[in-house]
Amino acid sequence: MIRPSVIRRILTTDLPVLLIVLLAMGPFAWMVLTSLTPSAQIAQSGVSLSPAGWGVDNYVRLMRQTSFAVNMGHSLIVAVGTVILGLTVSVTAAYAISRFRFAGRKAIMLQFLLVNMFPVVLLILPLFILMRRLGLLDTHLSLILANATVAIPFAVWMLTSYVGAIPKSLDEAAMIDGCSRLMALRRVVLPLAMPGIISTGIYIFITAWNEYLYALTLGGRNVRTVTVAIQTLIGEYQIEWGLLAAGAVVGAMPATLLFLIVQRRLIGGLTQGAVKG
Amino acid sequence: MSTLAPAMPLKSVYPTPWRSRALPYAFLLPAILVTLLVVFLPMAEAIITSLYDLILWKPNASRFVGFGNYVKLFADPVFWTALGNTALWIGLTVPLQMGLGLIAALLLNREFPWRGLARALIIIPWALSSVVIALMWRWIYDPNTGVLNDILVHLSIIKSGIPWLADPATALYAVIATLVWQGFPFFAVMILAGLQGIPRSQYEAASIDGASAWRQFRHITLPGIAPVLATAGLLRVIWVANSMDVIFVMTGGGPGYATHTLPLYAFIRARQNLDFGYGTAIAVTFTILLGSIVALYILRTMREVER
Repeated sequence: MIRPSVIRRILTTDLPVLLIVLLAMGPFAWMVLTSLTPSAQIAQSGVSLSPAGWGVDNYVRLMRQTSFAVNMGHSLIVAVGTVILGLTVSVTAAYAISRFRFAGRKAIMLQFLLVNMFPVVLLILPLFILMRRLGLLDTHLSLILANATVAIPFAVWMLTSYVGAIPKSLDEAAMIDGCSRLMALRRVVLPLAMPGIISTGIYIFITAWNEYLYALTLGGRNVRTVTVAIQTLIGEYQIEWGLLAAGAVVGAMPATLLFLIVQRRLIGGLTQGAVKG
Repeated sequence: MSTLAPAMPLKSVYPTPWRSRALPYAFLLPAILVTLLVVFLPMAEAIITSLYDLILWKPNASRFVGFGNYVKLFADPVFWTALGNTALWIGLTVPLQMGLGLIAALLLNREFPWRGLARALIIIPWALSSVVIALMWRWIYDPNTGVLNDILVHLSIIKSGIPWLADPATALYAVIATLVWQGFPFFAVMILAGLQGIPRSQYEAASIDGASAWRQFRHITLPGIAPVLATAGLLRVIWVANSMDVIFVMTGGGPGYATHTLPLYAFIRARQNLDFGYGTAIAVTFTILLGSIVALYILRTMREVER
Protein backbone atom coordinates (compact mmCIF):
# COMPACT_ATOMS: atom_id res chain seq x y z
CA MET A 1 0.00 0.00 0.00
CA ILE A 2 1.29 3.43 -0.85
CA ARG A 3 0.20 5.99 1.66
CA PRO A 4 -1.53 9.12 0.30
CA SER A 5 1.20 11.30 1.79
CA VAL A 6 3.78 9.51 -0.37
CA ILE A 7 1.69 10.06 -3.50
CA ARG A 8 1.39 13.69 -2.54
CA ARG A 9 5.14 13.94 -2.12
CA ILE A 10 5.76 12.32 -5.49
CA LEU A 11 3.37 14.72 -7.22
CA THR A 12 4.57 17.90 -5.54
CA THR A 13 8.27 17.15 -5.17
CA ASP A 14 9.68 14.17 -7.08
CA LEU A 15 7.98 14.94 -10.38
CA PRO A 16 8.92 18.64 -10.54
CA VAL A 17 12.48 17.80 -9.46
CA LEU A 18 12.63 15.17 -12.19
CA LEU A 19 11.56 17.82 -14.72
CA ILE A 20 14.31 20.20 -13.61
CA VAL A 21 16.91 17.42 -13.65
CA LEU A 22 15.77 16.50 -17.18
CA LEU A 23 16.08 20.13 -18.21
CA ALA A 24 19.61 20.31 -16.81
CA MET A 25 20.72 16.96 -18.21
CA GLY A 26 18.68 16.83 -21.42
CA PRO A 27 20.90 18.78 -23.80
CA PHE A 28 24.04 16.91 -22.74
CA ALA A 29 22.23 13.57 -22.90
CA TRP A 30 21.13 14.50 -26.41
CA MET A 31 24.77 15.18 -27.27
CA VAL A 32 25.76 11.73 -25.97
CA LEU A 33 23.00 10.09 -28.04
CA THR A 34 24.15 12.03 -31.12
CA SER A 35 27.73 10.89 -30.62
CA LEU A 36 26.59 7.26 -30.43
CA THR A 37 24.62 7.43 -33.67
CA PRO A 38 26.73 6.81 -36.81
CA SER A 39 26.94 9.92 -39.01
CA ALA A 40 25.26 8.34 -42.04
CA GLN A 41 22.26 7.48 -39.92
CA ILE A 42 21.97 11.00 -38.46
CA ALA A 43 21.65 12.40 -41.98
CA GLN A 44 19.10 9.76 -42.94
CA SER A 45 16.79 9.18 -40.01
CA GLY A 46 18.08 11.38 -37.21
CA VAL A 47 19.48 10.56 -33.79
CA SER A 48 18.86 6.97 -32.66
CA LEU A 49 17.02 6.67 -29.37
CA SER A 50 17.33 2.89 -29.06
CA PRO A 51 20.60 1.08 -28.29
CA ALA A 52 20.06 -1.00 -31.47
CA GLY A 53 21.21 1.92 -33.62
CA TRP A 54 24.22 2.83 -31.50
CA GLY A 55 27.86 2.38 -32.32
CA VAL A 56 31.25 3.82 -31.49
CA ASP A 57 31.88 4.75 -35.10
CA ASN A 58 32.20 8.49 -34.34
CA TYR A 59 34.64 7.87 -31.49
CA VAL A 60 36.81 5.62 -33.64
CA ARG A 61 36.94 8.28 -36.35
CA LEU A 62 37.69 10.93 -33.74
CA MET A 63 40.75 9.06 -32.53
CA ARG A 64 41.95 7.77 -35.91
CA GLN A 65 41.32 10.65 -38.32
CA THR A 66 41.78 13.71 -36.16
CA SER A 67 44.51 14.92 -33.85
CA PHE A 68 42.11 15.04 -30.92
CA ALA A 69 44.36 13.02 -28.61
CA VAL A 70 47.20 15.51 -29.21
CA ASN A 71 44.82 18.39 -28.45
CA MET A 72 43.90 16.70 -25.18
CA GLY A 73 47.62 16.63 -24.37
CA HIS A 74 47.91 20.39 -24.99
CA SER A 75 44.90 21.08 -22.81
CA LEU A 76 46.42 18.93 -20.08
CA ILE A 77 49.74 20.82 -20.17
CA VAL A 78 48.00 24.21 -20.07
CA ALA A 79 45.59 23.20 -17.29
CA VAL A 80 48.24 21.57 -15.09
CA GLY A 81 50.59 24.51 -15.67
CA THR A 82 47.88 26.95 -14.63
CA VAL A 83 47.17 24.92 -11.48
CA ILE A 84 50.86 24.87 -10.50
CA LEU A 85 51.42 28.57 -11.16
CA GLY A 86 48.12 29.57 -9.55
CA LEU A 87 48.57 27.53 -6.39
CA THR A 88 52.27 28.24 -5.72
CA VAL A 89 51.92 32.00 -5.79
CA SER A 90 48.55 32.01 -4.03
CA VAL A 91 49.30 29.80 -1.04
CA THR A 92 51.84 32.18 0.50
CA ALA A 93 49.71 35.19 -0.43
CA ALA A 94 46.67 33.67 1.27
CA TYR A 95 48.79 32.85 4.34
CA ALA A 96 50.01 36.44 4.56
CA ILE A 97 46.49 37.89 4.23
CA SER A 98 44.96 35.61 6.83
CA ARG A 99 47.81 35.67 9.40
CA PHE A 100 49.28 39.19 9.33
CA ARG A 101 47.80 42.64 9.83
CA PHE A 102 49.92 45.00 7.75
CA ALA A 103 49.64 48.32 5.99
CA GLY A 104 47.89 47.94 2.65
CA ARG A 105 46.27 44.60 3.52
CA LYS A 106 42.78 45.76 2.60
CA ALA A 107 43.96 47.40 -0.60
CA ILE A 108 45.66 44.18 -1.65
CA MET A 109 42.55 42.10 -0.96
CA LEU A 110 40.49 44.62 -2.89
CA GLN A 111 42.93 44.42 -5.75
CA PHE A 112 42.55 40.64 -6.05
CA LEU A 113 38.77 40.93 -5.92
CA LEU A 114 38.80 43.62 -8.59
CA VAL A 115 41.05 41.63 -10.89
CA ASN A 116 38.57 38.78 -10.78
CA MET A 117 35.90 41.01 -12.30
CA PHE A 118 37.97 42.33 -15.19
CA PRO A 119 36.32 41.76 -18.56
CA VAL A 120 38.16 39.18 -20.63
CA VAL A 121 37.81 41.41 -23.65
CA LEU A 122 39.77 44.22 -22.00
CA LEU A 123 42.71 41.89 -21.32
CA ILE A 124 42.64 39.65 -24.35
CA LEU A 125 43.54 42.30 -26.94
CA PRO A 126 46.55 43.80 -25.10
CA LEU A 127 47.69 40.31 -24.02
CA PHE A 128 47.78 39.37 -27.69
CA ILE A 129 49.94 42.41 -28.50
CA LEU A 130 52.14 41.70 -25.47
CA MET A 131 52.65 38.01 -26.23
CA ARG A 132 53.39 38.83 -29.86
CA ARG A 133 56.06 41.28 -28.77
CA LEU A 134 57.58 38.69 -26.42
CA GLY A 135 57.41 35.99 -29.10
CA LEU A 136 55.22 33.86 -26.86
CA LEU A 137 52.26 33.47 -29.22
CA ASP A 138 51.33 29.84 -29.83
CA THR A 139 53.18 28.53 -26.76
CA HIS A 140 51.86 26.80 -23.67
CA LEU A 141 53.35 29.53 -21.48
CA SER A 142 51.21 32.26 -23.07
CA LEU A 143 48.03 30.30 -22.34
CA ILE A 144 49.14 29.52 -18.78
CA LEU A 145 49.87 33.18 -18.11
CA ALA A 146 46.56 34.26 -19.62
CA ASN A 147 44.65 31.70 -17.54
CA ALA A 148 46.48 32.96 -14.45
CA THR A 149 44.51 36.24 -14.76
CA VAL A 150 41.50 34.27 -13.51
CA ALA A 151 43.20 31.54 -11.50
CA ILE A 152 45.32 33.66 -9.13
CA PRO A 153 42.67 36.01 -7.73
CA PHE A 154 40.25 33.11 -7.39
CA ALA A 155 42.83 30.94 -5.60
CA VAL A 156 43.89 33.78 -3.27
CA TRP A 157 40.29 34.33 -2.13
CA MET A 158 39.45 30.65 -1.72
CA LEU A 159 42.69 29.82 0.09
CA THR A 160 42.43 32.86 2.37
CA SER A 161 39.14 31.50 3.69
CA TYR A 162 40.53 27.97 4.04
CA VAL A 163 43.71 29.11 5.83
CA GLY A 164 41.69 31.51 7.96
CA ALA A 165 39.70 28.55 9.28
CA ILE A 166 42.86 26.97 10.74
CA PRO A 167 43.41 28.24 14.30
CA LYS A 168 46.32 30.67 14.62
CA SER A 169 47.36 29.02 17.89
CA LEU A 170 48.60 26.00 15.92
CA ASP A 171 51.30 27.83 13.99
CA GLU A 172 52.14 29.92 17.05
CA ALA A 173 52.70 26.72 19.01
CA ALA A 174 54.94 25.40 16.25
CA MET A 175 56.97 28.62 16.30
CA ILE A 176 57.41 28.45 20.08
CA ASP A 177 58.76 24.92 19.51
CA GLY A 178 61.41 26.44 17.26
CA CYS A 179 59.86 26.48 13.79
CA SER A 180 60.41 29.49 11.58
CA ARG A 181 57.41 31.13 9.86
CA LEU A 182 58.10 29.25 6.65
CA MET A 183 58.50 25.94 8.48
CA ALA A 184 55.25 26.54 10.35
CA LEU A 185 53.56 27.24 7.05
CA ARG A 186 54.94 24.07 5.49
CA ARG A 187 54.62 21.65 8.41
CA VAL A 188 51.42 22.86 10.09
CA VAL A 189 49.28 25.04 7.85
CA LEU A 190 49.82 23.34 4.49
CA PRO A 191 48.83 19.83 5.62
CA LEU A 192 45.74 21.15 7.36
CA ALA A 193 44.72 23.29 4.39
CA MET A 194 45.40 20.46 1.93
CA PRO A 195 41.73 19.54 1.26
CA GLY A 196 41.02 23.20 0.46
CA ILE A 197 44.15 23.49 -1.68
CA ILE A 198 43.20 20.38 -3.63
CA SER A 199 39.66 21.49 -4.36
CA THR A 200 40.86 24.97 -5.35
CA GLY A 201 43.41 23.33 -7.64
CA ILE A 202 40.76 21.13 -9.20
CA TYR A 203 38.53 24.12 -9.84
CA ILE A 204 41.40 25.96 -11.50
CA PHE A 205 42.04 22.87 -13.61
CA ILE A 206 38.41 22.75 -14.74
CA THR A 207 38.33 26.45 -15.65
CA ALA A 208 41.61 26.25 -17.54
CA TRP A 209 40.54 23.07 -19.33
CA ASN A 210 37.27 24.69 -20.43
CA GLU A 211 38.79 28.05 -21.39
CA TYR A 212 38.18 29.01 -25.00
CA LEU A 213 38.78 32.65 -25.97
CA TYR A 214 42.41 32.90 -24.82
CA ALA A 215 43.16 29.51 -26.39
CA LEU A 216 41.65 30.70 -29.67
CA THR A 217 43.46 34.04 -29.69
CA LEU A 218 46.86 33.20 -28.19
CA GLY A 219 47.14 29.60 -29.40
CA GLY A 220 47.63 28.51 -32.98
CA ARG A 221 48.95 25.70 -35.10
CA ASN A 222 51.34 24.31 -32.49
CA VAL A 223 49.30 24.70 -29.37
CA ARG A 224 45.68 23.89 -30.06
CA THR A 225 43.63 22.94 -27.01
CA VAL A 226 40.55 20.75 -26.97
CA THR A 227 38.07 23.63 -26.87
CA VAL A 228 39.52 25.12 -30.05
CA ALA A 229 39.89 21.71 -31.69
CA ILE A 230 36.23 20.81 -31.16
CA GLN A 231 35.27 23.73 -33.38
CA THR A 232 37.52 22.53 -36.18
CA LEU A 233 35.60 19.23 -36.24
CA ILE A 234 32.83 21.08 -38.06
CA GLY A 235 33.20 19.68 -41.57
CA GLU A 236 34.12 21.83 -44.52
CA TYR A 237 30.88 21.60 -46.49
CA GLN A 238 28.36 20.38 -43.99
CA ILE A 239 28.40 20.12 -40.23
CA GLU A 240 29.37 16.63 -39.06
CA TRP A 241 27.27 16.56 -35.93
CA GLY A 242 28.14 12.97 -34.98
CA LEU A 243 31.89 13.59 -34.97
CA LEU A 244 31.44 16.95 -33.30
CA ALA A 245 29.32 15.42 -30.55
CA ALA A 246 31.90 12.70 -29.95
CA GLY A 247 34.58 15.39 -29.60
CA ALA A 248 32.42 17.40 -27.24
CA VAL A 249 31.70 14.36 -25.04
CA VAL A 250 35.35 13.28 -24.84
CA GLY A 251 36.52 16.87 -24.33
CA ALA A 252 34.00 17.53 -21.58
CA MET A 253 34.63 14.28 -19.73
CA PRO A 254 37.69 15.18 -17.58
CA ALA A 255 36.22 18.43 -16.30
CA THR A 256 32.76 16.96 -15.68
CA LEU A 257 34.09 13.96 -13.74
CA LEU A 258 36.36 16.15 -11.61
CA PHE A 259 33.47 18.51 -10.97
CA LEU A 260 31.22 15.71 -9.75
CA ILE A 261 33.98 14.48 -7.42
CA VAL A 262 34.66 17.82 -5.74
CA GLN A 263 31.27 19.52 -6.08
CA ARG A 264 30.25 19.13 -2.44
CA ARG A 265 33.38 20.64 -0.92
CA LEU A 266 33.75 23.25 -3.63
CA ILE A 267 30.21 24.49 -3.28
CA GLY A 268 30.75 24.67 0.47
CA GLY A 269 33.70 27.00 -0.14
CA LEU A 270 32.01 29.09 -2.83
CA THR A 271 28.78 29.64 -0.94
CA GLN A 272 30.35 30.34 2.44
CA GLY A 273 30.93 34.00 1.68
CA ALA A 274 27.48 34.54 0.21
CA VAL A 275 25.64 32.93 3.11
CA LYS A 276 27.46 34.85 5.78
CA GLY A 277 26.19 38.11 4.26
CA MET B 1 64.35 64.27 22.54
CA SER B 2 64.44 62.63 25.91
CA THR B 3 60.95 63.94 26.69
CA LEU B 4 59.57 62.03 23.73
CA ALA B 5 60.76 58.63 24.77
CA PRO B 6 58.49 58.02 27.79
CA ALA B 7 55.44 59.11 25.78
CA MET B 8 55.99 56.33 23.29
CA PRO B 9 54.05 53.10 23.89
CA LEU B 10 55.89 50.41 25.76
CA LYS B 11 56.02 48.12 22.73
CA SER B 12 58.42 50.35 20.84
CA VAL B 13 61.14 49.67 23.36
CA TYR B 14 61.54 46.40 21.50
CA PRO B 15 60.79 47.53 17.95
CA THR B 16 59.67 44.77 15.60
CA PRO B 17 62.66 43.99 13.39
CA TRP B 18 62.19 45.11 9.79
CA ARG B 19 62.57 41.51 8.67
CA SER B 20 59.39 40.36 10.32
CA ARG B 21 57.57 43.47 9.18
CA ALA B 22 58.61 42.78 5.60
CA LEU B 23 57.58 39.14 5.83
CA PRO B 24 53.93 39.49 4.76
CA TYR B 25 55.00 41.53 1.74
CA ALA B 26 57.55 38.90 0.79
CA PHE B 27 54.82 36.26 0.99
CA LEU B 28 52.55 38.36 -1.22
CA LEU B 29 55.21 39.34 -3.72
CA PRO B 30 54.94 36.43 -6.21
CA ALA B 31 51.17 36.71 -6.55
CA ILE B 32 51.30 40.48 -6.93
CA LEU B 33 54.14 40.35 -9.45
CA VAL B 34 52.27 37.89 -11.66
CA THR B 35 49.03 39.89 -11.49
CA LEU B 36 50.92 43.07 -12.32
CA LEU B 37 52.41 41.34 -15.33
CA VAL B 38 49.29 39.67 -16.70
CA VAL B 39 46.54 42.06 -15.58
CA PHE B 40 47.69 45.58 -14.82
CA LEU B 41 50.32 45.87 -17.52
CA PRO B 42 47.88 44.73 -20.24
CA MET B 43 45.23 47.03 -18.79
CA ALA B 44 47.54 50.02 -19.07
CA GLU B 45 48.45 48.86 -22.55
CA ALA B 46 44.74 48.69 -23.45
CA ILE B 47 44.12 52.26 -22.33
CA ILE B 48 47.11 53.50 -24.31
CA THR B 49 46.20 51.45 -27.40
CA SER B 50 42.69 52.90 -27.34
CA LEU B 51 44.21 56.35 -27.94
CA TYR B 52 45.90 55.19 -31.11
CA ASP B 53 44.68 54.43 -34.58
CA LEU B 54 46.28 50.99 -34.69
CA ILE B 55 45.62 48.35 -37.34
CA LEU B 56 47.79 45.43 -36.33
CA TRP B 57 48.95 44.37 -39.80
CA LYS B 58 50.21 47.85 -40.64
CA PRO B 59 51.99 48.91 -37.43
CA ASN B 60 53.90 51.68 -39.19
CA ALA B 61 50.69 53.53 -39.97
CA SER B 62 49.89 53.67 -36.25
CA ARG B 63 49.29 57.18 -35.03
CA PHE B 64 48.12 58.95 -31.90
CA VAL B 65 44.52 60.13 -32.20
CA GLY B 66 43.74 61.07 -28.59
CA PHE B 67 40.07 60.47 -27.88
CA GLY B 68 39.39 60.09 -31.60
CA ASN B 69 38.34 56.45 -31.24
CA TYR B 70 35.89 57.37 -28.50
CA VAL B 71 34.39 60.17 -30.55
CA LYS B 72 34.03 57.76 -33.46
CA LEU B 73 32.39 55.28 -31.10
CA PHE B 74 29.53 57.58 -30.15
CA ALA B 75 28.71 58.16 -33.81
CA ASP B 76 28.83 54.44 -34.57
CA PRO B 77 25.31 52.96 -34.91
CA VAL B 78 26.63 49.44 -34.25
CA PHE B 79 27.87 50.62 -30.85
CA TRP B 80 24.36 51.70 -29.88
CA THR B 81 22.85 48.46 -31.21
CA ALA B 82 25.40 46.48 -29.22
CA LEU B 83 24.74 48.56 -26.11
CA GLY B 84 20.99 47.91 -26.41
CA ASN B 85 21.61 44.20 -26.95
CA THR B 86 23.88 44.12 -23.90
CA ALA B 87 21.16 45.69 -21.74
CA LEU B 88 18.57 43.22 -23.03
CA TRP B 89 21.06 40.38 -22.65
CA ILE B 90 21.77 41.14 -18.99
CA GLY B 91 18.22 42.25 -18.18
CA LEU B 92 16.66 39.01 -19.37
CA THR B 93 19.36 36.46 -18.63
CA VAL B 94 20.10 37.21 -14.98
CA PRO B 95 16.46 37.43 -13.72
CA LEU B 96 15.52 34.26 -15.64
CA GLN B 97 18.53 32.41 -14.26
CA MET B 98 17.62 33.60 -10.79
CA GLY B 99 13.95 32.62 -11.15
CA LEU B 100 14.70 29.15 -12.44
CA GLY B 101 17.44 28.75 -9.85
CA LEU B 102 15.03 29.77 -7.08
CA ILE B 103 12.46 27.20 -8.18
CA ALA B 104 15.12 24.51 -8.38
CA ALA B 105 16.49 25.43 -4.94
CA LEU B 106 13.06 25.44 -3.28
CA LEU B 107 12.39 21.97 -4.72
CA LEU B 108 15.79 20.62 -3.75
CA ASN B 109 15.31 21.92 -0.22
CA ARG B 110 12.42 19.49 0.33
CA GLU B 111 12.81 15.99 1.71
CA PHE B 112 12.89 13.18 -0.83
CA PRO B 113 14.97 10.01 -1.15
CA TRP B 114 17.20 10.90 -4.14
CA ARG B 115 17.97 14.46 -3.09
CA GLY B 116 21.77 14.06 -3.14
CA LEU B 117 21.70 12.59 -6.63
CA ALA B 118 19.36 15.28 -7.96
CA ARG B 119 21.61 17.99 -6.53
CA ALA B 120 24.68 16.50 -8.21
CA LEU B 121 22.94 16.07 -11.59
CA ILE B 122 21.45 19.53 -11.68
CA ILE B 123 24.84 21.25 -11.67
CA ILE B 124 26.10 19.46 -14.77
CA PRO B 125 25.68 22.52 -17.05
CA TRP B 126 28.05 24.37 -14.73
CA ALA B 127 30.91 21.97 -15.47
CA LEU B 128 30.61 22.12 -19.25
CA SER B 129 32.82 24.35 -21.35
CA SER B 130 31.18 27.24 -23.20
CA VAL B 131 32.22 25.83 -26.55
CA VAL B 132 30.57 22.51 -25.83
CA ILE B 133 27.44 24.30 -24.63
CA ALA B 134 27.33 26.59 -27.66
CA LEU B 135 27.80 23.78 -30.17
CA MET B 136 25.33 21.56 -28.34
CA TRP B 137 22.64 24.21 -28.56
CA ARG B 138 23.44 25.00 -32.17
CA TRP B 139 22.69 21.36 -32.85
CA ILE B 140 19.44 21.56 -30.87
CA TYR B 141 18.42 24.75 -32.69
CA ASP B 142 19.43 23.42 -36.12
CA PRO B 143 16.67 24.48 -38.57
CA ASN B 144 16.57 21.21 -40.55
CA THR B 145 17.49 18.38 -38.23
CA GLY B 146 17.46 20.05 -34.80
CA VAL B 147 15.51 18.36 -32.04
CA LEU B 148 13.75 21.54 -30.87
CA ASN B 149 11.96 22.03 -34.18
CA ASP B 150 11.20 18.29 -34.29
CA ILE B 151 9.50 18.42 -30.91
CA LEU B 152 7.59 21.64 -31.62
CA VAL B 153 6.38 20.40 -34.99
CA HIS B 154 5.41 17.08 -33.42
CA LEU B 155 3.34 18.88 -30.79
CA SER B 156 1.89 21.03 -33.61
CA ILE B 157 2.99 24.20 -31.83
CA ILE B 158 4.67 25.34 -35.05
CA LYS B 159 3.95 24.19 -38.58
CA SER B 160 7.44 24.14 -40.02
CA GLY B 161 10.97 24.46 -38.66
CA ILE B 162 12.11 27.88 -37.41
CA PRO B 163 15.71 28.92 -38.15
CA TRP B 164 16.22 30.06 -34.54
CA LEU B 165 19.75 31.37 -34.88
CA ALA B 166 19.51 32.66 -38.43
CA ASP B 167 16.44 34.83 -37.89
CA PRO B 168 17.33 38.28 -36.48
CA ALA B 169 14.03 38.31 -34.57
CA THR B 170 14.76 35.14 -32.58
CA ALA B 171 18.56 34.83 -32.53
CA LEU B 172 19.26 36.92 -29.42
CA TYR B 173 16.49 35.21 -27.45
CA ALA B 174 17.71 31.79 -28.50
CA VAL B 175 21.18 32.62 -27.18
CA ILE B 176 19.69 34.06 -23.98
CA ALA B 177 17.79 30.78 -23.44
CA THR B 178 21.09 28.92 -23.69
CA LEU B 179 22.73 31.23 -21.16
CA VAL B 180 19.79 30.80 -18.77
CA TRP B 181 20.26 27.06 -19.00
CA GLN B 182 24.00 27.40 -18.40
CA GLY B 183 23.67 29.70 -15.40
CA PHE B 184 20.66 28.56 -13.39
CA PRO B 185 22.50 25.78 -11.50
CA PHE B 186 24.81 28.40 -9.98
CA PHE B 187 21.81 30.25 -8.53
CA ALA B 188 20.19 26.99 -7.43
CA VAL B 189 23.27 26.01 -5.45
CA MET B 190 23.79 29.44 -3.89
CA ILE B 191 20.11 29.86 -2.96
CA LEU B 192 19.97 26.32 -1.57
CA ALA B 193 22.82 27.16 0.78
CA GLY B 194 20.92 30.28 1.82
CA LEU B 195 17.72 28.31 2.43
CA GLN B 196 19.52 25.88 4.67
CA GLY B 197 20.69 28.76 6.81
CA ILE B 198 17.11 29.75 7.75
CA PRO B 199 16.22 28.26 11.17
CA ARG B 200 13.38 25.71 11.09
CA SER B 201 11.86 27.20 14.22
CA GLN B 202 10.77 30.29 12.28
CA TYR B 203 8.58 28.19 9.98
CA GLU B 204 7.21 26.24 12.94
CA ALA B 205 6.27 29.43 14.75
CA ALA B 206 4.64 30.81 11.60
CA SER B 207 2.54 27.71 11.00
CA ILE B 208 1.38 27.72 14.62
CA ASP B 209 0.24 31.28 14.01
CA GLY B 210 -1.66 30.00 10.98
CA ALA B 211 0.43 31.63 8.26
CA SER B 212 -0.23 30.26 4.77
CA ALA B 213 2.57 28.73 2.66
CA TRP B 214 2.68 31.88 0.51
CA ARG B 215 2.93 34.16 3.55
CA GLN B 216 5.70 31.99 4.99
CA PHE B 217 7.55 32.27 1.70
CA ARG B 218 7.13 36.05 1.56
CA HIS B 219 7.93 36.85 5.16
CA ILE B 220 10.47 34.18 6.14
CA THR B 221 12.03 32.61 3.05
CA LEU B 222 12.52 35.71 0.90
CA PRO B 223 14.05 37.90 3.63
CA GLY B 224 16.22 34.93 4.64
CA ILE B 225 17.74 34.51 1.20
CA ALA B 226 17.74 38.20 0.19
CA PRO B 227 21.48 38.68 0.91
CA VAL B 228 22.35 35.60 -1.15
CA LEU B 229 20.14 36.80 -4.01
CA ALA B 230 21.82 40.20 -3.97
CA THR B 231 25.39 38.87 -3.88
CA ALA B 232 24.82 36.08 -6.41
CA GLY B 233 22.80 38.42 -8.63
CA LEU B 234 25.52 41.08 -8.75
CA LEU B 235 28.19 38.47 -9.38
CA ARG B 236 26.11 37.01 -12.17
CA VAL B 237 25.41 40.38 -13.81
CA ILE B 238 29.16 40.93 -14.06
CA TRP B 239 29.73 37.40 -15.30
CA VAL B 240 26.95 37.47 -17.91
CA ALA B 241 27.97 40.91 -19.13
CA ASN B 242 31.52 39.68 -19.65
CA SER B 243 30.73 36.33 -21.20
CA MET B 244 30.91 36.41 -24.95
CA ASP B 245 32.23 32.94 -25.79
CA VAL B 246 28.81 31.30 -26.04
CA ILE B 247 27.47 33.97 -28.42
CA PHE B 248 30.70 33.98 -30.38
CA VAL B 249 30.46 30.25 -31.09
CA MET B 250 26.67 30.16 -31.55
CA THR B 251 26.16 33.08 -33.92
CA GLY B 252 29.42 34.99 -34.21
CA GLY B 253 27.34 38.10 -33.48
CA GLY B 254 25.05 37.58 -36.44
CA PRO B 255 22.78 37.53 -38.30
CA GLY B 256 23.81 41.09 -39.14
CA TYR B 257 24.40 42.73 -35.77
CA ALA B 258 21.42 41.02 -34.10
CA THR B 259 23.46 39.28 -31.38
CA HIS B 260 26.32 41.77 -30.98
CA THR B 261 26.96 42.67 -27.35
CA LEU B 262 29.59 45.27 -26.44
CA PRO B 263 32.43 42.90 -25.50
CA LEU B 264 31.69 40.76 -28.53
CA TYR B 265 31.75 43.79 -30.81
CA ALA B 266 35.15 44.80 -29.40
CA PHE B 267 36.49 41.28 -29.88
CA ILE B 268 35.15 40.86 -33.41
CA ARG B 269 36.35 44.30 -34.44
CA ALA B 270 39.88 43.48 -33.28
CA ARG B 271 39.84 39.92 -34.55
CA GLN B 272 38.45 40.37 -38.02
CA ASN B 273 39.85 43.72 -39.05
CA LEU B 274 42.80 43.63 -36.62
CA ASP B 275 41.54 47.11 -35.74
CA PHE B 276 43.05 47.04 -32.24
CA GLY B 277 42.82 50.75 -31.56
CA TYR B 278 39.06 50.92 -32.05
CA GLY B 279 38.52 47.47 -30.52
CA THR B 280 40.24 48.40 -27.26
CA ALA B 281 38.35 51.71 -27.18
CA ILE B 282 35.09 49.70 -27.17
CA ALA B 283 36.50 47.37 -24.51
CA VAL B 284 37.55 50.27 -22.28
CA THR B 285 34.14 51.95 -22.66
CA PHE B 286 32.42 48.69 -21.75
CA THR B 287 34.66 48.26 -18.68
CA ILE B 288 33.80 51.76 -17.47
CA LEU B 289 30.08 51.06 -17.89
CA LEU B 290 30.43 47.80 -16.00
CA GLY B 291 32.50 49.52 -13.33
CA SER B 292 29.52 50.81 -11.35
CA ILE B 293 28.14 47.29 -10.89
CA VAL B 294 31.58 45.99 -9.97
CA ALA B 295 31.91 48.76 -7.37
CA LEU B 296 28.57 47.75 -5.82
CA TYR B 297 29.66 44.13 -5.59
CA ILE B 298 33.04 44.98 -4.12
CA LEU B 299 31.50 47.26 -1.49
CA ARG B 300 29.25 44.39 -0.40
CA THR B 301 32.02 41.82 -0.29
CA MET B 302 34.51 44.01 1.54
CA ARG B 303 31.85 44.74 4.16
CA GLU B 304 31.48 41.01 4.72
CA VAL B 305 35.23 40.58 5.05
CA GLU B 306 35.30 43.30 7.70
CA ARG B 307 32.92 41.36 9.88
